[in-house]
Order: sequence, then structure tokens, then C-alpha cells
Amino acid sequence: MTRHRGRGIASVNYPIGMNLGGDPSQALVHSNPSGKFTVALSSIDLGQGMKSVTRQICAETLGVPVEDVYVDTADSDTGPHCMGSFASRGTHRVGNAVMAAAREARGVMMEAAAEELEVNAADLETDGRGNIHVKGAPHRSISTKDVAIAAQFKQGKTISGRGIFLVPLSDVDPETGEMSPATCYAHACLVAEVEVDDETGEVDMVRMDSAYELGRALNPRLVEQQLVGGAWMGVSHALYETPEPYYPEPVHGPRDFVEYLMPGPGDICPHDIAVLERPAPDGPFGAKGPGEMCANPVLPAVANAIFNAVGVRIDDLPITPEKVLRAIRAQGGARPQPRR
Amino acid sequence: MAKTALQFQHNGREVAIFVDGGTNLLVALRELIGDMTPKFGCGQGGCGTCSVLIDGELHLSCLTLAETVAGRSVETLDGIKDGPNLHPLQRAFADNFAAQCGYCTPGMLMAAKALLDRNPQPSRAEVVEAISGNICRCTGYEPIINAVLAAASGGRARA
Repeated sequence: MTRHRGRGIASVNYPIGMNLGGDPSQALVHSNPSGKFTVALSSIDLGQGMKSVTRQICAETLGVPVEDVYVDTADSDTGPHCMGSFASRGTHRVGNAVMAAAREARGVMMEAAAEELEVNAADLETDGRGNIHVKGAPHRSISTKDVAIAAQFKQGKTISGRGIFLVPLSDVDPETGEMSPATCYAHACLVAEVEVDDETGEVDMVRMDSAYELGRALNPRLVEQQLVGGAWMGVSHALYETPEPYYPEPVHGPRDFVEYLMPGPGDICPHDIAVLERPAPDGPFGAKGPGEMCANPVLPAVANAIFNAVGVRIDDLPITPEKVLRAIRAQGGARPQPRR
Repeated sequence: MAKTALQFQHNGREVAIFVDGGTNLLVALRELIGDMTPKFGCGQGGCGTCSVLIDGELHLSCLTLAETVAGRSVETLDGIKDGPNLHPLQRAFADNFAAQCGYCTPGMLMAAKALLDRNPQPSRAEVVEAISGNICRCTGYEPIINAVLAAASGGRARA
């Protein structure tokens, strides 16, 4: 028995969102008499952090503290339309919609503040701590709370804003068939190192090294969290997960968590991640989004690493020990490839 | 069918309920006591999200008959914080971003607490073993392992 080490690489050019139907999402922002703001979305946070990121985007655009923004999500009765949480589109699409809504709400807020301070709205700025003051004259100031109260009880204004993000339709060139399926691309490159046992066909992950270019990371810890978890899912897709692991007949497949194979905490490997920030021109504050791309490069990188280790090319996922072993036997033994 | 009277300690408080024969502890906690912190995942001991401590030992509440805890002490996630103060493990989970969707978190925290209660300074391998009965779909386990180790070393710093 020999255990062979191999290294594989994969790169991804990943489109953010989709094009069909313009891939729209909407957001509504309004102030409450307390001077705090509510963002109404029907978009869903599955745990990837969209609620936190849209909160940051709204606060930054309004010029108020992040604590003063509440995000209400996941209900199509109370929030405007969203296409959904998929295709790595949340930060980019929903973020842009929130930004547009917050911009409109900020306009009303500044007008209301201008009326109270008896100045021109164009001469006002926010301090990010809950106050609005005359540029260059911080003492000529009013709190966002007092502005909200004045708008509500005196001026009869709603401090609110509507936002939508819609991708312009890309026409198909009748000559070439060419079109632009997406407006924004994120990128990744991942190197996987594996150890393959040529007697059992088992593949162990040794380590991963990756670089992700995802526009501006609006919340770096959430980005890292998604990349770490997503890479685990990539390993799981590459080596473990299928409803029909060994036999073509579904009746032999797993029925529950006990039988459905996934790597456990003991099967993970060190993963070194570099996040590269190249702000996207059409992203909210330059953000694209990590999303599905967290998992995607892992699969081809692992398949390539297995080829590098034992010389077998498996193009059918997941790469189970049985498939590796059959392929090694078919070629008359492991054939380690040169390591570069 | 006749119901059985059942008394036990729930997070230090004496509770008395009536249960049908065959009612499992998870259902008793969630539906009869109203403690929603143990989650229903698979209902057959495969995922760990219903984990609770019974007399300090880790158990899967979905596989535990409610009547077997008569007179015993049941601890759930709801009871581990100290008033408004989070338990050091909860603090460490938040600081280390050890949750995404959060569905596995109650079970992970109880499994981690069971470990640290008997072994305050575990190795990484011991942490891995302690949470190996709990499935997480989002985090890739790494942040959870780091959080438990951080909570353990935090305890050492205070001692």
C-alpha cells in the first residue's frame, strides 16, 4: 500500500447573478419617529450574512450609525419583490436596491433637516453618528431623531425611499449570437493538496490554498466565514455527497443524515485564504459577492490533485474510493504525475 | 391512553408535566415546557441538534423517552447563560463567527459544554471528537472548533 500526494489547481470566472428578466430586486427604506430606519426586503438571509451587509449598506448611504438601521427580511407580505437568494446575487443585487432606496430616503431626510435649520439642503452633511449639520459649521446641527419627529409631526413628510436594481437587457447580436450574460464577474483560484491511498482508493484532503477576488469585502469576517464554509461544501461535493453513492438503483441510496455522506469535523484540512479586493463599478460600494464561488473551484482542483497523485482522471462526482480504485486497477496501478 | 405525571429539573427549575407513553424528551421540552432551544433535525439521532445534558451527560433528546428523566436534571441551551450574560461558549461562538444559519448551534453548544465541563483544557482532537455527532452544513466546522478552543483558553485566562 502506498499513499500518494498530489496537487491540483482550478480557477473560476464567476458571474454575479443572472440576466434573465433583468434579475431585479427591490428595497424600501423608511424612518420611524425614533429616528431609526427600517429596511423592508423580501430577500432571504440563509445565514450568509445578507441582513448584516444590507444593514451596513443602508447605514453608510443614509449617513447614520449602523445601530440605527433595522432590516426586516424574508416575508413577501411585508417586503417588496426579490428574485431570491441564489447565484451569488444577494450583496450585489439587493445591496444595490437598498442603496438606491436609502439614497432617496436620505434626500427627504436632508430636505426635512434643511427646513428645520432654515438652510439649503445642499449645504448639509451627516456625521455618521446620528446628526446632520451645516458643512463647516458643526454647531448648526440637528439629530436625525429630531428630523424624524419634525417630518412626522410638523412637516407631514415621510422620510422614505424606494429602490430597485435591474440589469439592462442584453440583446443578442444577430450575426454572431454574442451577448453579455452578466455585468459583474468575481474570480477565484484554488490549489488543493490530497493524499490518495492506492490500496483503498481513499482520498484525504491535506490542505487548500485559495485566492478570491470578490470586489470590495463589505464585511471581511462574513466573507471569510463564507469562504471557509463554502470550501468545506466543495470538498463534500467533490468526495462525498450523492443520493446514489455506490449503486445506480436509488433504493440503495441514503435516506437520511445517518446514511448521507458528508465530511465531519475530523475530515477538514487547513485552508489558507487570500481575499483580493477589486471594487466592481456597478456593485454597492464596489462589492460583488462570494456566494457559490466559495465551493466551485474546490471540485476541479480536487479532481486535478487526484490525477496528479495517481494518474487517474475521474470526471464523475463524487470521486468515491470505489471510482478511484477501479480507475487505478484499470490502468494497472497508480501512476504518480510529476509535481510542479 | 392514560398520561403519566412527570417531574424533573429543567435548567434548575422544578417542572411537572403530563406525558403520553412514548413521548420523547425533545417533544416534551418544546411542546409541553415551551423551551424551543433544542431543535428537531432528523428525529433519529443522526444530526445532534436536539442535544441536551441529563445529569451533566450529553444526550440526544429525540431518542430519549421523556419518562426516563423523572427526578433527574435536564439542561438545555436556554439555561446556560447567566441572566443577561452569555455563557463563555456562546460569547466565543459569536466572536469566532461559528454560526451561519444557526440551526446546529444549540446542539453544538451543548456538546461543547459537555466537553468543557469534564475537560476544561481539551486538545483540538478532543474538540473534534466531542462535536463529531453534530452535523453543520454551513461553517465547515473550522470556526466551531476554534470557538470551543477559544472558550477553553478563555477559561484558563480567568482562572
